[in-house]
Amino acid sequence: MTSPSRADILRDGLWRRNAGVVQLLGLCPLLAVSTSAVTGLGLGLATLFVLTCTNLLVSLLRPVLVGSLRIPVFVLVIASLVTVVELVLAAWLPALDQRLGLFVALIVTNCTILARAEAFASRQPPGAALLDGLATGTGFAAVLLILGAARELVGRGTLFAGLDLLFGPAAAGAGLTLPVDGLLLAVLPPGAFIGLGLMVAAWRWLNLRPHANVAQAGAATPTGESHR
Amino acid sequence: MTPSPTSELRRGLAVLCGVAIAAAGLVALTWQAAAPRIEANVQARAEAGLAAVLGNRVFDNALAATGHSPQSAAARAAGIERVWLARREGEPVAVVLQVATAEGYSGRIVLLLGLTPAGEVLGVETLSHRETPGLGDFIEADRSDWLSQFHGRGLGHPSAERWRVRRDGGDFDAVTGATVTARAVTGALQRALVYFEGHAPTLLAYRDPDPTHGTADPLTVP
Repeated sequence: MTSPSRADILRDGLWRRNAGVVQLLGLCPLLAVSTSAVTGLGLGLATLFVLTCTNLLVSLLRPVLVGSLRIPVFVLVIASLVTVVELVLAAWLPALDQRLGLFVALIVTNCTILARAEAFASRQPPGAALLDGLATGTGFAAVLLILGAARELVGRGTLFAGLDLLFGPAAAGAGLTLPVDGLLLAVLPPGAFIGLGLMVAAWRWLNLRPHANVAQAGAATPTGESHR
Repeated sequence: MTPSPTSELRRGLAVLCGVAIAAAGLVALTWQAAAPRIEANVQARAEAGLAAVLGNRVFDNALAATGHSPQSAAARAAGIERVWLARREGEPVAVVLQVATAEGYSGRIVLLLGLTPAGEVLGVETLSHRETPGLGDFIEADRSDWLSQFHGRGLGHPSAERWRVRRDGGDFDAVTGATVTARAVTGALQRALVYFEGHAPTLLAYRDPDPTHGTADPLTVP
């Protein structure tokens, strides 16, 4: 397996093979925690951290890994990193820990992390694995953040309410409150599926419409769509 | 015939053991650093909750240390899980009851109820619940002031049989679409008040275990 270029790694993780809207991995935390921008971002950052560290460690262990026993090693690495994140959250960000609750522990079951360890990090040098972890994790966190923000905005009429949970008392009151009540459906579980469905549709529309790839080249000619 | 599969497996097991030891070490180190803070956070949360249901009652004893769990069948039936007693100059000024109910829409609802020695409600807080976000979370004091309708009430104001939501012929407002949650909370509070009325002398006479004999009941966290 040849090493993909850095640009390819970044583009795959962030956009082309985005874990959230393209591969639809890690749906359980994605749907359950995206009720507000702050909880979405919080879990997104925790996942990003675990994913990046797992990728790096797995890649470093690559020379000594034995085929039949590699998955238990991956699981051990992931589980201990998640435990560390859980303890750190409970100790230093207790209010956020209360909100995220069980879902931090469930990062263990996020298949994105095991999938990247198996499909990428265990076959690539540490630098590429680190970059892949950062890109995939950021892509996933971005989906969580956007979905959380959209659901909070539509469902409660606020945006980034409780930002102080994440960034300390300095950020208190940094949130935005609209003078509307909000549509309850958006924060209920169905709202998560509808929101994610819309995001998947948006991704596909942006990517798969005719000549999406020549859009940049033909930016000067608005009628670029006609030469099919 | 070749020994390689076995030796490779042995090598893999060695790697697995090495990773396991390193992982355990990492978790242990983090625990060392985080444990005191986690404990302090848990304690602070418990104390903040206790203080929140006492209104502006002044007390001078170590409130958290008075926490004890009544073991009687009556307490179990009423859902009373823990009791604290606030004193000022030795005289009881307030009681905090931790009461749980399983009658909510999903999972247990755990409440803290602060009472005067006469049984008047000083404050109510929700410790934990899993009601539907946006619908049943009006029982969180920082989301809605629904719980404040109980302040200043007690048995006889209204009477025990009117400690229900209006829909069931009682005196308290429910929330449209989440009657089950409102009914569960109101019912739990009613049972706690009835329990307190029946057991007030015992609860108010509670003495801290003598700390010099090392029998102090450590604060277990709700």
